[in-house]
Amino acid sequence: MFIEPEYDVIVVGAGPSGTSTAITAARLGLNVLVLEKQQQVGMFKRCAEGFAWGLIESLELKLPRKCWTQEIDGSYIYAPNMKEFLIDMGKTSGYVLERRVFDKWLAEEAVKAGARLIADVNVYDVIKDKGFIKGVKANFLGEDYEVKSKVVVAADGVESLVGRKAGFPLINNPVLMDSGFQYEMAGIELKDPHKLEFYLGTKVAPRGYLWVFPKGENKANVGIGIIGNSPETAKKYLDDFITKHDRFSRGSVLEVNAGAIPVGGLMKNMVMNGLILVGDAAHQVYPIHGGGIGEAITAGNMAGKVIWHCIEKGDWSEERLGDYNKLWWDKRGNALAKSEKVRETIEKMSDEQLNMLAASITKDDLMKIVDGNVAILTKTLLKFGVKNLQKKIFG
Amino acid sequence: MPFFKVGDLVKLIVDKNKCLSCGGCVSVCPKQALELKKYPEWDKDKCIGCEVCVKFCPVGALKLKRD
Repeated sequence: MFIEPEYDVIVVGAGPSGTSTAITAARLGLNVLVLEKQQQVGMFKRCAEGFAWGLIESLELKLPRKCWTQEIDGSYIYAPNMKEFLIDMGKTSGYVLERRVFDKWLAEEAVKAGARLIADVNVYDVIKDKGFIKGVKANFLGEDYEVKSKVVVAADGVESLVGRKAGFPLINNPVLMDSGFQYEMAGIELKDPHKLEFYLGTKVAPRGYLWVFPKGENKANVGIGIIGNSPETAKKYLDDFITKHDRFSRGSVLEVNAGAIPVGGLMKNMVMNGLILVGDAAHQVYPIHGGGIGEAITAGNMAGKVIWHCIEKGDWSEERLGDYNKLWWDKRGNALAKSEKVRETIEKMSDEQLNMLAASITKDDLMKIVDGNVAILTKTLLKFGVKNLQKKIFG
Repeated sequence: MPFFKVGDLVKLIVDKNKCLSCGGCVSVCPKQALELKKYPEWDKDKCIGCEVCVKFCPVGALKLKRD
């Protein structure tokens, strides 16, 4: 009834990357089907819900009021010695979303653009034929379907079942993956309900950071991301932190979230004959802060355009779909690779060195470092005569 | 060919009370020996016993039990 036997494009996964691909491809006139595994689009989040854009330029959409819970105008960053570092932007520079609402809104936009979307569909395999991915095998409410397509889009998240079944050489390295855990809490006290809080240090969050992202006056996502091969669990680190801080330890837990954050392992190639990977499935995440929604939307938009172009020309081989690799690496990949270098440098620093860095850095330089500027990081370290530090870090 | 399989000597136990079905273990397994259904499902023929999944799990829901 709902699922036709054939489409131009099948998108697996109705997160931001999948729906952005669908919006773009459907607007260009392609026949698009989006399949979502969960019973409801936007569930269950594996996300801290931070997002910087009020205007989603690539999709020509404005973020509706219903999609965000809190406007953000800055951040508090805490060094391992708890020295506070305030970045005050003086104006709204980001939002904390409500993913259930945001994802559903994007899904509706995809439907408005002409795509068809169906939730509660379990895609369990791909259809392969003569070296091409030619569709998916799926189960919808107990009934099996084989749906054919010209191009399949794997927007199915970090564990990408579609990528796996297609035989895509996925990178599986616990060092390139952060283990994430989060409570959405209410009844807590926030430093400032319009500022994000970040806590750094090998004892607080080895390699990664601990975050507090406000979703209201007394409500926030309190979470952590740590290196994937840490001997202790992410939950243990987060619980230790919450126990030590009275303003959180009396709070309530509205949600428990977990997930893997692909903070590294950018892929040179993200396509196969008849298959494109987008979003977390392609590790398109900003390596320093682990944010993925903006990257997902940018990549989805590019994927949609390239797929349309390939279908127009009647050739969706790996070679032609490879335009997506070029486009993405040109616009995002190179910047992300730079920021990965910065992260690799910072993660080699001890708590003492991080404290020194925090004590000496200016707001402007910090912003540049977050933007992936290794030179500024080096300069800052050198300027303050952090002896041996440079040698230790750079070789 | 090895004369025994690691999967014959160990068993991956998923504590379903702890598991949040986040798929983290699946995404770090170097041998694709895990697949996320409602909970992660373990393929003993592919497992090499490296315990990457066990260490990665954000809530400690996985254990590799040795017989």
